[in-house]
Amino acid sequence: MTQGAHSFSVERGLNAWREEIDAPVAAFFSSCVHCGLCAQACPFFVETGDPKYTPIHKLEPMRLLWEQEFTLWGKLKKTVKDRVDAQLGRAPKPLITDEMLEEWEPLLYDSCSMCGRCSMVCPVGNDIHYMIRKAREGMVASGHSPEGLVAASVRAVNTGSPMGLQWKTLDVQIKHVETATGLEVPIDKQGAEYLVLLSSMEIINFPEYLEAITKIFDHAGVSWTLSKTCFEATNAGIQIGSKDIAATLVQRVVDAAEQLQVKNVISPECGHAYTAIRWEGPNAIKRAYPFKVYHIIEVLDQLRADGRIKTEGKEMDRLSMHDPCNLARKSGVVQQQRSLMDLVASNFVDLKEHGEFQWCCGAGGGVSSNERAEPLKLAAFKRKKAQIEEVEPERMVTMCATCRTQLEEGLEEFNMDIPVVGLTEIIADHLVEKEVENKKAEES
Amino acid sequence: MTPMDFLLLTKGPLFSLAIAIFALGILIRLFEIFALGRAHNYAAARGNEVIPGLKTMYRRFNPDPGTFKRSTFDVVVGTLWHVGFVIALLMFIPHIELIKSTLGVSWPGLPNPVVDAVTAITLLGLVAVLIHRLTHPVKRFLSTPQDYLIWAVTFLPVLTGYLAYHRLINPYPLALGLHIFTVEIFLIVLPFTKLTHIFTAFVARYYNGAIFGRKGIQS
Amino acid sequence: MATSKTLGESLRQHGVSRRGFLKFCAATASMMALPPSMAPAIAQALEKARRPSVIWLSFQECTGCTESLTRSFSPTVENLIFDVISLDYHHTLQAAAGDAAEHAREQAMNTNAGEYLVVVDGSLPGPNANPGYSTIAGISNYDMLMDTIDGAAAVVAVGTCAAFGGLPKADPNPTGAVSVQDLVKDKPVINVSGCPPVPMVITGVLAQFLTFGTLPELDEYGRPRAFFGQSIHDRCYRRPFYDKGKFAESFDDEGAKAGWCLYRLGCKGPMTYNACATMKWNGGASWPVEAGYPCLGCSEPDFWDAGGFYKALSVPTGSPGDVLLTAGAVGAAVGVGAGLMSRNQGKQAAKHHDKVTADQLEEKL
Ligand code: HEM
Ligand code: SF4
Ligand code: SF4
Ligand code: SF4
Ligand code: SF4
Repeated sequence: MTQGAHSFSVERGLNAWREEIDAPVAAFFSSCVHCGLCAQACPFFVETGDPKYTPIHKLEPMRLLWEQEFTLWGKLKKTVKDRVDAQLGRAPKPLITDEMLEEWEPLLYDSCSMCGRCSMVCPVGNDIHYMIRKAREGMVASGHSPEGLVAASVRAVNTGSPMGLQWKTLDVQIKHVETATGLEVPIDKQGAEYLVLLSSMEIINFPEYLEAITKIFDHAGVSWTLSKTCFEATNAGIQIGSKDIAATLVQRVVDAAEQLQVKNVISPECGHAYTAIRWEGPNAIKRAYPFKVYHIIEVLDQLRADGRIKTEGKEMDRLSMHDPCNLARKSGVVQQQRSLMDLVASNFVDLKEHGEFQWCCGAGGGVSSNERAEPLKLAAFKRKKAQIEEVEPERMVTMCATCRTQLEEGLEEFNMDIPVVGLTEIIADHLVEKEVENKKAEES
Repeated sequence: MTPMDFLLLTKGPLFSLAIAIFALGILIRLFEIFALGRAHNYAAARGNEVIPGLKTMYRRFNPDPGTFKRSTFDVVVGTLWHVGFVIALLMFIPHIELIKSTLGVSWPGLPNPVVDAVTAITLLGLVAVLIHRLTHPVKRFLSTPQDYLIWAVTFLPVLTGYLAYHRLINPYPLALGLHIFTVEIFLIVLPFTKLTHIFTAFVARYYNGAIFGRKGIQS
Repeated sequence: MATSKTLGESLRQHGVSRRGFLKFCAATASMMALPPSMAPAIAQALEKARRPSVIWLSFQECTGCTESLTRSFSPTVENLIFDVISLDYHHTLQAAAGDAAEHAREQAMNTNAGEYLVVVDGSLPGPNANPGYSTIAGISNYDMLMDTIDGAAAVVAVGTCAAFGGLPKADPNPTGAVSVQDLVKDKPVINVSGCPPVPMVITGVLAQFLTFGTLPELDEYGRPRAFFGQSIHDRCYRRPFYDKGKFAESFDDEGAKAGWCLYRLGCKGPMTYNACATMKWNGGASWPVEAGYPCLGCSEPDFWDAGGFYKALSVPTGSPGDVLLTAGAVGAAVGVGAGLMSRNQGKQAAKHHDKVTADQLEEKL
């Protein structure tokens, strides 16, 4: 098909769904018994109490298509229905209409952060968020995706950053870090071990991060680099649910990594960016990478395990941690952040449900880029708030800029005075100073 | 038609018909799923697929503590009547005789009073589940006529079995005929409704476990 | 033919004691669900009863029912009662043959018009079947039955063949056999089923007719409730083992020796309504289940076709194993076919994939 030959339409959306429906989807739809347990797993239902936010209900249009076109039984039913319609001389009712998709748009975007918690709970084993990801493909193709995400996707493709951030902004920050630390921030260094990516949100909201990794990598003697052609780790294409947009964006990362011939690519403190590059990227471009992908926390924990990070002193206040869904439940990084916490915190307490059963902050999956979802985003946060209130920490630690922003904004909204910090920064704060280290070496 | 004619009809041709539709239907459903396949996954795996997949097939019988707390009724009553149903179906001596004659395999059964007690619990559980579905906001919202149909289709074999065992319908050939007849309805309806979950839930669980397992999480 | 001897006289002539006779009357009372205090009244009525005329027609049968009635170990009240009824026609028992026999039948019908009992054993080829399958003296069974019942007070179908068609009617029913009640619509028909029936049940029905001139209360199969109201299973002395789930699994295992329930060996007691478990056979000596043999369900319609005698009641009669395999194989094949069709649909969709671009998205803004 020629590009752009078609405008968005229901038919184009259905076609996208036909591409997406696979054996797991068929098994999932065949199995749902309408028990409603997934609702109890979803922060958007739990905090609103509105049954329409039941996770599996968000997939009803796609289920209809599957039943009618991907089961013999459904095809049979359709044939009979068509016959009856023909007999009665009335036009057959379309299965899925534009109005229906419009009604479902807020369900599939505004009320789902793709946190995957429902997928852990469904008793018949439905991986609901796997299907929501797929359902969004059809929503984009049918022209039913939220404006905020459309705008972010366009900006990401056209400017390289979903927030329209330019290299020159980052360059200013790099200069700043270099003067503050007296260290060099390597740029476009061929053959470096690690290509470091950042997220626009981080660059704008949490400049501490870049400084922290500069210090840590220097401390541990890691060879790394930034890329001028591609610094953005996030992928708006994954959030809006378009493989095509996602492929364009991820290709930039792959090109940069291949050009610099790095062995590894590091996703920043951003859960979404990590799943996008780590799990979805290769499938979007339909080939395996010649490099490995890590989240910064994985890298730090490996350095710790290898004895390449030396710390001194510990945080004395009561700290708790928010596991980003994308990192913990959706990527299997659960122990690493806890080992790192042990290194630097003396009074760490986990939230009651954490790790693979953590509760989403409410902002993921594109919810935070979708202005219309603002009230729901805040509602969903109440679950996190309740969890935090249970353990009463003095500060929260996390490792995702989106989560961190949401936690900060949410806690402020509810007048809770609990600062939120990034784990990488805490580690950086406790590094043994170089001179001190040298002195110790001399003494012994 | 006399009660005996009815019993012979249900024990003979109708049973063969029901079991044929059941086998045909459920295998179509299963192969239809498998034939769709999965796209090749290019992302480097963190973990294995098969073992977590198999584990999840079992693990979803035991929900996580949070779910247990939030949905205690569903978990407790749901487990209770499912287990009861399976016990009545697979551990009652007359059923074992039937399975032995059909499939050639058999195993020791449970004493009738035990099965009977389990049946009574199953019946109560099923009634409770129906009431819950009618009153719980999410369940009510999700429920379609099919959900009530499959409830009835599941409830009736257990009820008629109980009535036959206690000889509460007379004459007995009518009681047994009704029992077998409701079982046949169950078998015929199964492949065309969400009763398929009896089989496909294990497929779904496997895929769930495999998808998460590949990323290093036991789901 | 008809003599004026009363039943009482006849019994005394045969040397039946008063005590034995009263015992029979008590049993009859209980069968008829009357209080034991009614026994003397029954005795009195029976003593005075005149021998009614009975015409016994034997069609497609094995003589087992007559054997059951007459071949007791010792003369019993039951078979004496049988002796004293005026059995005017029974071609197995009577001495007369040929024209003489048929003549006796016609004479009995004429003399006792409106009062005689017709007892039938055996089924008969139905009106649409070839009448040649069973004839007596050149008369088809059907014609003989219809002719004989014309002036009858009631018809007693003795044995499962007469009551329900029995063995001749078993699949594939080559003679087009039907039961008496299939044909007789305008006279009371009492079914005394069993293959053969318990003798006392036959005589019990006759005794009631003799005593009160009434016919017993019947169940939905036209059987006297007094004898067929409860199932074998409900009165079986092995029932406690069933209830505990203790079953013999072969005829010579420990369970069989310990007298456990015979369900798994094919006992059809749960679906069978008969008096064996309460009245027993051979003068109360024993009965099949007591002898270690599963009930065949012989008093029930179509029991010959109700599954193997040694197969448990719950076992279906067809061959579900084969059906399962065949249907499963077809299902798998169709499923793969249907699945590949759906898969192709996905592939076609991928071919028609219309790439989403930022430019297209931008137009939406
Ligand atoms: C979905 C399948 C079935 C279910 C859930 C089921 C359930 C039951 C239950 C609950 C009882 C009563 C047990 C008690 O109260 O102790 C029973 C009894 C019985 N069932 Fe089934 N049954 C099923 C299939 C069948 C089939 C296919 C047959 C035979 C063709 C069968 C034959 C019997 C018999 C013979 C009894 C015994 C009744 C008695 O003891 O008098 N069942 N069944
Ligand atoms: S993925 Fe998370 S937010 Fe989305 S439906 Fe499931 S539980 Fe709710
Ligand atoms: S938890 Fe699973 S089975 Fe229950 S309603 Fe949700 S998707 Fe369906
Ligand atoms: S032996 Fe037969 S009649 Fe007796 S209890 Fe067992 S199944 Fe019932
Ligand atoms: S035990 Fe059963 S088969 Fe045997 S005579 Fe009695 S009713 Fe007939």
